[in-house]
Amino acid sequence: MTESSLEASLNSTTVKGDRSDLCVRVIPCLDVTDGRVVKGVKFVNLRDAGDPVEMAAVYNREGADELVFLDITASSDSRATMIDVVRRTADQVFIPLTVGGGVRTVEDIRSLLSAGADKVSINTAALSDPALITEGARIFGQQCIVVAIDARQSQEGGTWEVFTHGGRRSTGRDVVAWAKEAEERGAGEFLVTSMDRDGTERGYDLDLLNALGRAVRVPVIASGGAGNLDDLVEALQPGRVDAVLAASIFHFGTYRIAEAKAHLAAHGLPVRPVSSDERR
Amino acid sequence: MIAIVDYGAGNLRSIKRAIEAGGARAEITADPARVRGAQRVVLPGVGAAGAAMERLSESGMDGAVKEVAESGRPLLGICLGMQLLFDHQEEGPTRGLNLLGGEVRALPPERKVPHMGWNRVEFRSPSPLGSAGDGPYFYFVHSYYAHVERPSDIAAVTSYGLSFPSVIVRDNIWGTQFHPEKSGEGGLALIRAWLRSGEDDSVDQARP
Repeated sequence: MTESSLEASLNSTTVKGDRSDLCVRVIPCLDVTDGRVVKGVKFVNLRDAGDPVEMAAVYNREGADELVFLDITASSDSRATMIDVVRRTADQVFIPLTVGGGVRTVEDIRSLLSAGADKVSINTAALSDPALITEGARIFGQQCIVVAIDARQSQEGGTWEVFTHGGRRSTGRDVVAWAKEAEERGAGEFLVTSMDRDGTERGYDLDLLNALGRAVRVPVIASGGAGNLDDLVEALQPGRVDAVLAASIFHFGTYRIAEAKAHLAAHGLPVRPVSSDERR
Repeated sequence: MIAIVDYGAGNLRSIKRAIEAGGARAEITADPARVRGAQRVVLPGVGAAGAAMERLSESGMDGAVKEVAESGRPLLGICLGMQLLFDHQEEGPTRGLNLLGGEVRALPPERKVPHMGWNRVEFRSPSPLGSAGDGPYFYFVHSYYAHVERPSDIAAVTSYGLSFPSVIVRDNIWGTQFHPEKSGEGGLALIRAWLRSGEDDSVDQARP
């Protein structure tokens, strides 16, 4: 691009459409307890399939756009271990890293960010203490604060209820109303999991994603239910979500990240190509 | 020594590690004297412009960063750190460091804000960064963008609702709206190019 055509491009301002060149994101999620990945991971060339740091490096090479670590025990002992895992991961993996599980205080957020996390995901504590969202966003910036929502469809259908404590406790809160409140308080992104679909491989709950896509202005990550690559394509249609989180379809080697991205690209979705450098 | 300016803004460790991956040593510091004594300085930043400028001026860090820039030593502003190189900031509103002409405005509301994720960065040709512009996808998280007075300061643009400057280069002052320390191999290549800048004539020769 020459300087004058660059200037012309700057003056052309508005590009129509929903996304322009912004890529949809494919995000593997690692469940970690006591410093080990919980779910079995079927990858070749892994020295230690239970090591989250090594797994993170593999996903990075394969073209993951971001990574999520979820501390699923989140006892005080495992918190210190998690901080160490985050630190060692951030030392060698240069893509965004979100860490969640048991984040309760501003100090929890601070220690994860200073260990090298870029965002923290808050779930139960966001509901019991919504000021944590406000404070976290004020101190560290809205972009650091991901609010995770576990959603279950209500019996009459068409609405969803928020659950906490790993999906064990009902809150009586409506998902859309809660998302709007959390956004107002400073949530920079949502990670929404359909409890009805999680683990079923029947595809994402598209009604839920449509409802959230309409309700909030910040990016939404879909989780729970992906069974094949067409499910990712469906969730990432304009107006739904900006990113897909997937665990089992990648961990068990059913699909490779590069394969998922090629499938998304073939369906007209903008993806960040897996660079040759990163495949070394 | 390369100083990374610490004013309580988010994840600085990744910037330090990315510089180390480029073969240099870096120190995260909140001490303006360390910044004044540094050979190169990184001004990072996430969060709000008003709060950031407040913290920079409280500690006298604003003066230290300006001194480094004016002395001709390489300065790299990342994300909010790039925006603070300009003067007027719509967010706040507040004043920035006024090292470059232009102002910082809110992204248009037609798209989701913050602009978050990997987006294409189109470098002008020849790129003032040499081959470091081969990315071409980098990771962005921001709600504001720089409106630059001098087109020659713009090294690359990106589209999101509008076309905005995603890399600026004026002599020893570089800025990236994206996070090179979070942009995989492409980001590390950009950081390596910055680490070499000013050391020989290659960067200057590449300027049109």
